[in-house]
Amino acid sequence: MFGYYLDLALRSLKRNKVLTALMVIAIAVGIGASMTTLTVVHLLSGDPIPDKSGVLYFPQVDPENPPRADHTEPYPAMDYRSAMDLWNAHRADRQALVTSSSTKVRASDTGKPPLILSLLSTTADFFPMFEVPFQYGSGWSAEDDARHSHVAVISHDLNNKLFGGANSVGRSLRVRDTDVRIVGVLKPWRPTPLFYDPWSQNFSKTEDVFAPFTSSLEINDGNFQPYTCWHVPDDTRHLQNADCVWVWLWAELDSPAKARAYASFLADYAEQQKTMARFATGKDHVRLRNVMTLLTARGMVPDDVRLQAWLAFAFLVICLFNAVGLLLAKFLRRSGEIGVRRALGASQRAIFSQCLVEAGVIGLLGGFFGWLLTLLGLWLVRQQPVDYAHLAHVDTAMFFATFATAVAASLLAGLIPALRASRVAPGWQLKAL
Amino acid sequence: MQIQPVLAALRRHRLATLLIAMEIALACAVLCNACFLVVQRWKLIQTNSGVDESSLAVLTVNGFEPNQVTDLNARMLNGLRALPGMQSVSLINQVPFGPQVGAAGISLDQGSFTNTIGVVDFVLAGPGTFQALGLKLVEGSLPSADDYLLATNLAPPDARVLVSRALADHAWPGQSPLGKEFWCDKLHFRVIGVVDHLARAHPHDWGAQSVEWTVFTPAQPGGSLAGTYLLRASPDELPRVLRAARDAVPKIAPDVVLDQENSQTIDDLRTDYFKSDRIMIDLLIGVIVTMLGVTALGIVGLASFWVQQRRRQIGIRRAIGATRGDILRYFQTENFLIVTFGIVLGMALAYALNLLLMTHYELPRLPLYYLPIGALVLWGLGQLAVLGPALRAAAVPPVVATRSV
Repeated sequence: MFGYYLDLALRSLKRNKVLTALMVIAIAVGIGASMTTLTVVHLLSGDPIPDKSGVLYFPQVDPENPPRADHTEPYPAMDYRSAMDLWNAHRADRQALVTSSSTKVRASDTGKPPLILSLLSTTADFFPMFEVPFQYGSGWSAEDDARHSHVAVISHDLNNKLFGGANSVGRSLRVRDTDVRIVGVLKPWRPTPLFYDPWSQNFSKTEDVFAPFTSSLEINDGNFQPYTCWHVPDDTRHLQNADCVWVWLWAELDSPAKARAYASFLADYAEQQKTMARFATGKDHVRLRNVMTLLTARGMVPDDVRLQAWLAFAFLVICLFNAVGLLLAKFLRRSGEIGVRRALGASQRAIFSQCLVEAGVIGLLGGFFGWLLTLLGLWLVRQQPVDYAHLAHVDTAMFFATFATAVAASLLAGLIPALRASRVAPGWQLKAL
Repeated sequence: MQIQPVLAALRRHRLATLLIAMEIALACAVLCNACFLVVQRWKLIQTNSGVDESSLAVLTVNGFEPNQVTDLNARMLNGLRALPGMQSVSLINQVPFGPQVGAAGISLDQGSFTNTIGVVDFVLAGPGTFQALGLKLVEGSLPSADDYLLATNLAPPDARVLVSRALADHAWPGQSPLGKEFWCDKLHFRVIGVVDHLARAHPHDWGAQSVEWTVFTPAQPGGSLAGTYLLRASPDELPRVLRAARDAVPKIAPDVVLDQENSQTIDDLRTDYFKSDRIMIDLLIGVIVTMLGVTALGIVGLASFWVQQRRRQIGIRRAIGATRGDILRYFQTENFLIVTFGIVLGMALAYALNLLLMTHYELPRLPLYYLPIGALVLWGLGQLAVLGPALRAAAVPPVVATRSV
């Protein structure tokens, strides 16, 4: 029967091309708009490190003292002392201190002009923790951290820019006024969103130079910027003893039990600091969030994108109402035909399924054009000067989702009209013929 | 035109009528709110920076050490001033729409944040910057030469400053701000004058009321005032002068690195700053147009169907004396009634949508005058969409009545 219904549907669609085109366009436009924005939202709220996002934790304590009246959440960073205290306790399976600053970099032996780049200061565990892929060489060791070694890891981009993509391990790089030895070159690596840096633009690039926390604090002393301060530092360029937050800490905790233990360690630390009068708030302002909870708390999808998604959704609903109205017109126009079929023995059920098949065909057509419009929409998004533009591509899931949504939407839209059509009284229609 | 028969006919098509009305209602809700959003964004883009944007550019260099700033400033100021077409070069820490450098919380008390005024931008400015920016003094006096003090921090420890009128009104409502004092932790400030308008670097990152919460702080070149230079030239020469200045940097100070992204005309910085708002406006307008188009298509489709369905009835009406105008007006009235029904629903929906948006976004309440405007647009759209099918209906000849089928 399905084949027969399909044939009937195609004939009916061909009979009134304008009405068919109107419906297909309405569905295609609705689908195109909503799938474009949904794809963007889907991509923006993705997991940047799916294998490990559940075991990577971002501890937060609140060193602000005295606190502001409207201060209810700890800052997404720590002061130097808290970060060092927590790091030195070595309570996690792996842990990394991280901070970012900008610095002047040049490769002395290449003769290229100096560049101002961002420098990520971190500890040895950073690379295995965040599964950073290496092209050449590797990260540095914990001893390098302890010995304040002058070593660095550089990004794929920077290696291309300075050394034309060649293996530059062992070569030297001048960071500000110090020569450091390159020990590793990364493969292209761009976690999106840039989860490990809680105050970057969400979709910005990774840093170009990575160096040990201890040595880079000396090398680039004076160029570190605070996230915020609650007392104006005596020397804005030297933050180790300032009342400012500017260092962040990551901990890898392999089991929920360890995470619980770490959370209580963190709370104890905050309480102890409160007793010492260094903190104003104790465990109330302690947070231990894993990657996805942190990203959700931070609000990853930009407001504008969410607004666009809502708009697109409203738009799809309007298109659906439109399709219902048009399908109703289309089906009821054939009341006479339906009456004949009913008189010849077709059940209400048969008429109903025939109408739904027709709606489904329209949905498929709408889905196809909707998918083309989605591609166009995403192309338009990629042309926009926004930092997430590079992400806007259709993946397989979204490809199938487009068709599923289109068919589901048109079936939904066809439901009431099909029901109406199947209830056509055969006698009345035949009399009218 | 009698409404009674039209209503009676519509009652026979309750479902289709309801569908079109719902579509109109949704369109009305989205239309009102989308237009409102467009106007809001448009207002943002129109933000008055208070400076002579078309004559100004900023040039930023990085990669120098604290002990080099005096030498760097002297070289840069002299070198850039020598360029042909350059009217003035002076020091500033930040410009409207450029990177934010000097934002900090201020309070009426020393060292505490209990009596806070809010987060303001400290615009550190060297001699000549006030004139170069083209700021307008509305009260008090300009800083004297002695007021330009060395700042190694956010601002000099004890500064005599100018505040924007918006900040003065906020901090000391109803009083003269002249002579008033405020603090940023241990830094002390005394107000000596008020400028008409001066926007902060990122005017819309801190809420709509604080767009101009700025403190114009005179400072001596050196310390934290180095590396960012305000260039002034006549508007038509500015792009050329800026290019020449950017090219001259390697000769003037070979060891520093030009910050490409932040060495631009203020006009370009402004365009860049508002780019996402522009995209949003384009998108919203696109949505409005397509949505109205789809709604119109729906009306055309359904009206055509009704016309075809009622051919015989139309023929009969024509045969018993109805004029073409009567038939035309019948369909127009019908459409008007359906659209009106939709608009009534749509106004409530528009309001609800606005409340929803207000909870999620920083948006004011939808002004009521948007509703009648939305209604007018949809009535017009409905009439326009139904005109084609209605004309076709009016063209049905009376003879149809005598034919079967």
